[in-house]
Amino acid sequence: MNFTLKIWRQRDAKSQGAFETYKVTDISADTSFLEMMDILNNNLIHEGKEPVAFDHDCREGICGMCSMHINGHAHGPSQAVTTCQMYMRKFKDGSTIVIEPWRSAAFPVIRDLVVDRGAYDKILQAGGFISVRTNSVPDGNAIPIPKKDADESMDAAACVGCGACAATCKNGSAMLFVAARVSSLAKLPQGKVEGARRAKAMVAKMDELGFGNCTNTGACQAQCPKSISIAHIARLNREFLCAKLQD
Amino acid sequence: MGCFLTNSSVGKKLVMSISGCFLVLFILFHMSMNLTMLFSREGYNLICEFLGANWYALAGTALLAAGVAVHFIYAFILTLDNYRARGKQRYAVTVQEKGVSWASKNMLVLGIIVILGLGLHLVHFWSKMQLTEILGHHTFELELNGATENISVANGALLMAYTFSNPINLALYLVWFVALWFHLTHGVWSMFQTVGWANDTWYPRLKCIANIVATLIFLGFAVVAVMCYINSEAYIAEALELQLLAY
Repeated sequence: MNFTLKIWRQRDAKSQGAFETYKVTDISADTSFLEMMDILNNNLIHEGKEPVAFDHDCREGICGMCSMHINGHAHGPSQAVTTCQMYMRKFKDGSTIVIEPWRSAAFPVIRDLVVDRGAYDKILQAGGFISVRTNSVPDGNAIPIPKKDADESMDAAACVGCGACAATCKNGSAMLFVAARVSSLAKLPQGKVEGARRAKAMVAKMDELGFGNCTNTGACQAQCPKSISIAHIARLNREFLCAKLQD
Repeated sequence: MGCFLTNSSVGKKLVMSISGCFLVLFILFHMSMNLTMLFSREGYNLICEFLGANWYALAGTALLAAGVAVHFIYAFILTLDNYRARGKQRYAVTVQEKGVSWASKNMLVLGIIVILGLGLHLVHFWSKMQLTEILGHHTFELELNGATENISVANGALLMAYTFSNPINLALYLVWFVALWFHLTHGVWSMFQTVGWANDTWYPRLKCIANIVATLIFLGFAVVAVMCYINSEAYIAEALELQLLAY
């Protein structure tokens, strides 16, 4: 398969970026998107040009590093997968693929397709953890958790913190990410203890870092590689409002 | 409390949700009142008289104006926040995400159309009825069949039939009702999500309820306007007769 790639190139955070066009040829349909990017970079290095900088790590949909906006979709046109899990057979032979970095004021571009997602780490540091003493690992059946709650917690915990939600949202809102973190802990007995403090602290940090306000479009859910539901946003709203009303 | 309603993203959305809920309830009340016009012009005028410049009607009007102002001002504040959060650099390629309604992404534009329609409505009706009465007059002048007639401020039936006898007015009001329909299809279910009363089981139900409420409101207002256009001559003659009997 052959493709024309229009890729955003930007030297550093302060430089003006622009699209540059490249051709890749003889790409197997079973090549993953990141492997295709590796092939392109290999070609560029052989030509004595700068390779395209892009984030990647596990390449199996766990780490959430491969943040690319491809043909108008966060993580590309495949549903519920990260960029690294997408294959070139998803694209039409001979087509043009436009690749951009996440666009959100809270995720500044560092270089080419790499953005600084440190804002998500700061939100997590504000309260996305359990600090109550839980001692050693308890017996599996010592704290019974209803199956429904365990499932909901696990669904929320599937969030890989890739940033696709804020990058997709027309308001640059990080609500789905914060909601997933709050929800995954709020549904467990160990996490309930600090539920109110966590919701308030994480929302306050999210606002402070300049993320936008959720207007319930549901675009984040549609583009999330882990299909996190906006029902978690409803739970975050509930947790936050109850906590504030109890103050 | 005051702080989180003005400083926090979730708090600001709560204000939007509650003010929106209040406005929807008022619209439903207004629509029910208008429907009386189809069955009894005399009954409609009695309601207009009841809701003249009495203390309870004035208090209601002030509360309503405050509700509209809060909803509108907060909409602009949230949109401005969101614009900043999105950043200066926008995506070169965007798509309509699956399951994301057009209305949800254009609430401000729809809201502006609704506000413009409200302005027109105030000029056509409120300025001639309640405002005239507040200013100490009991009649307003209207050009009927080439002659200037003094019409009672409580003769809403005549004013409505007169206003909608003009096809341009009818068309403008229908555009207003359509914009309101779109606004409510997202707004009604969204207010439940914002206060946290939503989950995956209830999303289809809430969206169905939103569509039903929006459609009922659209039909309720549109039917009265269209019937007034079709029967304008008969309604005007009947309303003039009612005025002679009353005064």
